[in-house]
Amino acid sequence: MTAYLTRRIVFALFVLCGAVTIVFLVLRLVPGDPAQLILGSDATAQEIATLRTQMGLDRSLFVQYGIYLGDVARFDFGDSYRYHRDAMTLVVDRLPATIQLAVAAMVIALILGIGLGVVAALRVNRLADRVVSVFALLSQSMPSFWIGIVLILVFARQLNLLASGGRGGLDRLILPAFTLALPVIAILIRLTRSGLLDVVHENYIQTARAKGLRERIVIFPHAIRNALIPIVTVAGIEFGKLLGGAVIVETVFAWPGAGRLLIDSISARDYNVVQAAILLIAGGFVLINLIVDVLYGYLDPRIRLGR
Amino acid sequence: MDRTEAPTRDAATDLATLPDAAPPGTDAAPGGKPLGRLRIICSLVVISLYVLAAIIGPILLKYDSVATDLGARLKPPGTRLADGSLALFGTDQVGQDVLAQMLQGARVSITVGLATLLLAGVIGVAAGLAAGYRGGWLDAVLMRLADVQLTFPSILLAILIASILGPSVVNIVIVLAISNWVTFARVTRSQVLAIKERDFVDAARTLGARTWHLVSRTILPSAIAPILVVATVELGHVVLAEASLSFLGLGTPASTPSWGVTIANGRDYLSNAWWISTIPGIFLAILVISFGVLGDALRDRFDPRLRSM
Repeated sequence: MTAYLTRRIVFALFVLCGAVTIVFLVLRLVPGDPAQLILGSDATAQEIATLRTQMGLDRSLFVQYGIYLGDVARFDFGDSYRYHRDAMTLVVDRLPATIQLAVAAMVIALILGIGLGVVAALRVNRLADRVVSVFALLSQSMPSFWIGIVLILVFARQLNLLASGGRGGLDRLILPAFTLALPVIAILIRLTRSGLLDVVHENYIQTARAKGLRERIVIFPHAIRNALIPIVTVAGIEFGKLLGGAVIVETVFAWPGAGRLLIDSISARDYNVVQAAILLIAGGFVLINLIVDVLYGYLDPRIRLGR
Repeated sequence: MDRTEAPTRDAATDLATLPDAAPPGTDAAPGGKPLGRLRIICSLVVISLYVLAAIIGPILLKYDSVATDLGARLKPPGTRLADGSLALFGTDQVGQDVLAQMLQGARVSITVGLATLLLAGVIGVAAGLAAGYRGGWLDAVLMRLADVQLTFPSILLAILIASILGPSVVNIVIVLAISNWVTFARVTRSQVLAIKERDFVDAARTLGARTWHLVSRTILPSAIAPILVVATVELGHVVLAEASLSFLGLGTPASTPSWGVTIANGRDYLSNAWWISTIPGIFLAILVISFGVLGDALRDRFDPRLRSM
């Protein structure tokens, strides 16, 4: 287990370094001067020169990279010029809203995804299975920003049941969380269905049947337990992706999370906040992946021994 | 859970009598082949209609991105306008015909999708060929790079690059190609690894073929089918990603509105003009579903092993 753990941690650090480097390169190597980009087209040459010295842009790329790594290690991304506050603090302040949305979406996805997947597997090739499969196809193919808009139109504008934007009680959480959950629901449905159908042919299930156990007992604790192992991994990875998907859903529903801050900061050219937000979200993603890897190695010993 | 537990008895017999021939987890119905062909034909017909609409549509229904007609603002679908023309899908906030805008948008979205695939495909296939054929440190570097990119949410990378490059059709193609080359590289590499040990490749090598000839004439042609299958599946994803970025204001500029731009525009008029956002979204979803169905059907037919990719 220790060797496996070390390998996963090294890989996670490697990915994190990769993310940091990519952000650095994208911001420095693209055509155009970052100082010009930040100040806009109507800045004077004097202002640009001052900012360039401030940002260290007049030094060599390697020196800049070194300084940048030092800043990242200290979580120091400079101040937001819009709010005149530390960029990282701004993002961290918005993080609870994003996490709340992602957790709510994950809960919805797990309940509906596994539930509908079990229904589909138990009624394989029947009407219920077909309906569930079509639902999965639709929820994977429809753009989430559009689904969000349609849900607002139906539930908030027409039926006046739920609120359409902002953060607050449960009535404000349901629509964005469901929108964010939809693609994950589709993946979990497919995985649960095929997982159950795979497991049902295993010998131990036949044994359970041969012992004369009732079918309900055979399916529920016996079959579903092994079918759930891959679901743990995928659910974990998808939870990480929810952090990325949240950027779009937060924009549609005016949800005051880190994703919306990221988009607002991009249009305002507040690049310090952009860097902080992207690296924090990416860091969360890498951390979740690491936890999933460790959990999976614990649940299924074949994984950690196999490599 | 109540609902699922009630019908356990006959459901379980279903599971037990499931024919072993049909691999579990596929959506192939009994006698899957004709259905597979039906899926391919239906999705191809839908996609062809879109392509046709994108080519001919803007010629028949002129769209001018700067024109405004305030008298015809926010008219519901089916309204006959003052100049006698019929606004089948209604008009938007500046009096533009939504249908004309969508036909123009189909052009933009499909062009961006194809161009992205071409660029991502060229980069990915080249990387995959190099990694698979050469092996060694080059393979290690390229595949670790691919791993890193897969571990990083692709929408974040796209947002980062798009925000720096600014909105334009060329930039969105670059952004999406960068976030999509990995799939092509992985598929190509795994194909090359399998093919390069085959006898016909050895035969060509024995006859004195150079590396370039071996790669381009013997290995690549055998790897092309799975690459095309992956391209079909990816096309749907790319169109969707383009719409998402455009919706965020990071995709195509307002002068060449894709569907994402139109949907975003309609967001401010939801309460009095539902059609601006809703109708383009439905058509976008139908196109994406068609690519998904076509890709799945092609994969089941030609290479079921690709399922895990």
